[in-house]
Amino acid sequence: METASASEGVLDSSRQARFPRRVQDNLTIVLFLLPALVLFLVFVVYPILQSLYYSLFNWKGFGPAVDFVGLDNFKRILTDRIFMKAVGNGLLIVVLSLTIQLPLSLALALMVGRDLPGRAFFRTIFFMPYVFSEVITAIMWLFLYNPDPERGFINAVLILIPGVKPQPWLGSPTQVMGCLFVVLTWKYFGLHMLLYMAGLQNIPQEIEEAARIDGANRRQLIKYITLPLLGSTIRTSVYLSVLGSLQVFALVWIMTLGGPVNASEVMATYMYRFGFVRFWLGYGSAVAIVMLLISLAFSVSYQRLVRQPDYLSGM
Amino acid sequence: MRKSILFLSLLVVLSLVLAACQPTPAPEAEKVRITWWHIQTKEEERALWQKLADEYMAAHPNVTIEITWMENEAFKAKMTTVMQSGNPPDLFQSWGGGVMNEYAKAGLLKDITADLDKDGWRDTFSPGALGAYSFQGKNYGVPRDMGMVGFWYNKDLFAQAGIDKPPATWTELLDDVKKLKAAGITPIAVGGKDKWPGAFWWEYLAVRIGGKAAFDAAYSRTGAFTDAPFVEAGKKLQELVALEPFQDGFLGATWGDEATLMGNGKAAMDLMGQWAPGAFADNSVDKKGLGDKAGWFPFPTVEGGAGDPADALGGGNGWTVGKNAPPETVDFLKYISSVDSQREQAKIGLSVPVVKGAEDALADPLLKIVQQGAAAAKYFQLYYDQAMPPAVGSVVNDSVQGLFAGTMTPEQAAQAIEDSAKQEIK
Repeated sequence: METASASEGVLDSSRQARFPRRVQDNLTIVLFLLPALVLFLVFVVYPILQSLYYSLFNWKGFGPAVDFVGLDNFKRILTDRIFMKAVGNGLLIVVLSLTIQLPLSLALALMVGRDLPGRAFFRTIFFMPYVFSEVITAIMWLFLYNPDPERGFINAVLILIPGVKPQPWLGSPTQVMGCLFVVLTWKYFGLHMLLYMAGLQNIPQEIEEAARIDGANRRQLIKYITLPLLGSTIRTSVYLSVLGSLQVFALVWIMTLGGPVNASEVMATYMYRFGFVRFWLGYGSAVAIVMLLISLAFSVSYQRLVRQPDYLSGM
Repeated sequence: MRKSILFLSLLVVLSLVLAACQPTPAPEAEKVRITWWHIQTKEEERALWQKLADEYMAAHPNVTIEITWMENEAFKAKMTTVMQSGNPPDLFQSWGGGVMNEYAKAGLLKDITADLDKDGWRDTFSPGALGAYSFQGKNYGVPRDMGMVGFWYNKDLFAQAGIDKPPATWTELLDDVKKLKAAGITPIAVGGKDKWPGAFWWEYLAVRIGGKAAFDAAYSRTGAFTDAPFVEAGKKLQELVALEPFQDGFLGATWGDEATLMGNGKAAMDLMGQWAPGAFADNSVDKKGLGDKAGWFPFPTVEGGAGDPADALGGGNGWTVGKNAPPETVDFLKYISSVDSQREQAKIGLSVPVVKGAEDALADPLLKIVQQGAAAAKYFQLYYDQAMPPAVGSVVNDSVQGLFAGTMTPEQAAQAIEDSAKQEIK
């Protein structure tokens, strides 16, 4: 045993002579990062570069791209009325998410996270929609929204109220975005609720106790203690919500195909329509790049702008 | 400790590399696997394809046929992806025309011209139907079905509204719509979300108003889709839309919803192709559909239109062969395209036959009318979204949806289609 460890010591010291400790550390880090890095390069960076390349071509997706058109695809995107509509719808989802979905999640987290009887039960129920796949969610809601009162649950309930007519829901250009937002909220409020609940766990009871001793009532407690201390969680949740809203696809595509007549078009369905339905892969790639730039611009500026002191750091 | 971490991380990397290079087991010499994708979801129809595959496999023990069946829209979506990855299935559903031409241009299909010329296989098909599966003089597939679009209607509901005979002119059709509405019946079912069911209306109006000359001029680019007949078609469609003849929420309805309404007797008529009765039955509560209550009449003439009343808009279904298909695929294709197989397909109303000698097996008298109508048409117009490149076809569908929703004027719709045609048809 002793000889073995002694010889190991010799080996170690000799290696240290060749490789300083820092180099060795870095080597380990690189080796550990390598698998993730390879995946990242192959599945994220490479496709982005490829999209960038194809976005400069008029290309149908079969065989090599040869018809070089420069920035024409981008010019066309930025002057296309339907793309602007898609961006508008994306922003609408962002605004509604921030003003309705997140406050709702927060309110529920405050209720369920604290003293509601049977809160474990409610927590599970509220989180359940998030576990469903988007496809299942979309198909389920398609049934609910069916305009025929004999087949669609919502209209079936609605016509029980005297004087109320069945609504076309997804078949109406004016109602469709509202309908989709209800589904998006139903699907994702659970996730945000969970984030807030985790944040609430991190707020030390002592601070609240101290405030209560100082005579703070329930409202003051939330306004001056809970919300500020939940700041970093809220920032994360807003960030996730905005990016998610800008990239929503499966739900919309399955439920409306972006219709009726582009009324519920979002950037991702627009990209799919051109890339995969019309076989304009070059143009579709350009749309993907524009989406990437918009998301990236938001991401970077958000991180810059919203860098407030983290009250919980060091606790 | 450090050494073991180094070693471990090396191991992780190595195992990843190894996993990527794992050798695939070598196939046994004579075993052959054919992948076959079809879009028949109705049980009776699926069972027939399965039976034919089983029979073939029993006669050729070395061949395995893997069937994948999908719903229409799901199939189209999946095809786009597999085609772009360059791995088409060996044998798959096709409508011929523009989309098939794109695949053929990209070298994704197998040229079966020589097989068709051997032993007179070519002569077993009706030439018009076979022609839809050729591109630049080469054959890439064969038809199994050819028919035309027309009105499927519910005789009982027509009688309830006091209509004694189907409309022969556009004005009569509009009158009948009013009568049906007055009787509290939904006159027309349409799947506005899927777009192509609505596009049939505009295309058929263009066929009736402009005739062969208008489409030929626009398609050959000596004319344009902004020419009078195409704008006029939009105006006629607007007249119809103004009567609000469709089911509630039709803009969000799929073709499946449309067939459900018809099959359950909730709407009086439906402008649809030869596959309609099968879909009505499949989507109805009792799985029987309209039965004896069903009737069929051709698209009415439009007063002052240049088209002949016998002109038809239609198309059919067929099979194309993928580029990597083993040679046995063609042999199997011959097997499912035999007169006997076609007779079986006709018997259950799955196909309006295209192989000579199978026509008389059509059990449904309405399908017989459809078959004869398609065969007798002087000018047979393939659906626009199949006849033209996919981008133009898709713009036609999108624009006509705008007409149905009232968000586009006939002129705007025609202009959008023309813009796309200018760019795509060269």
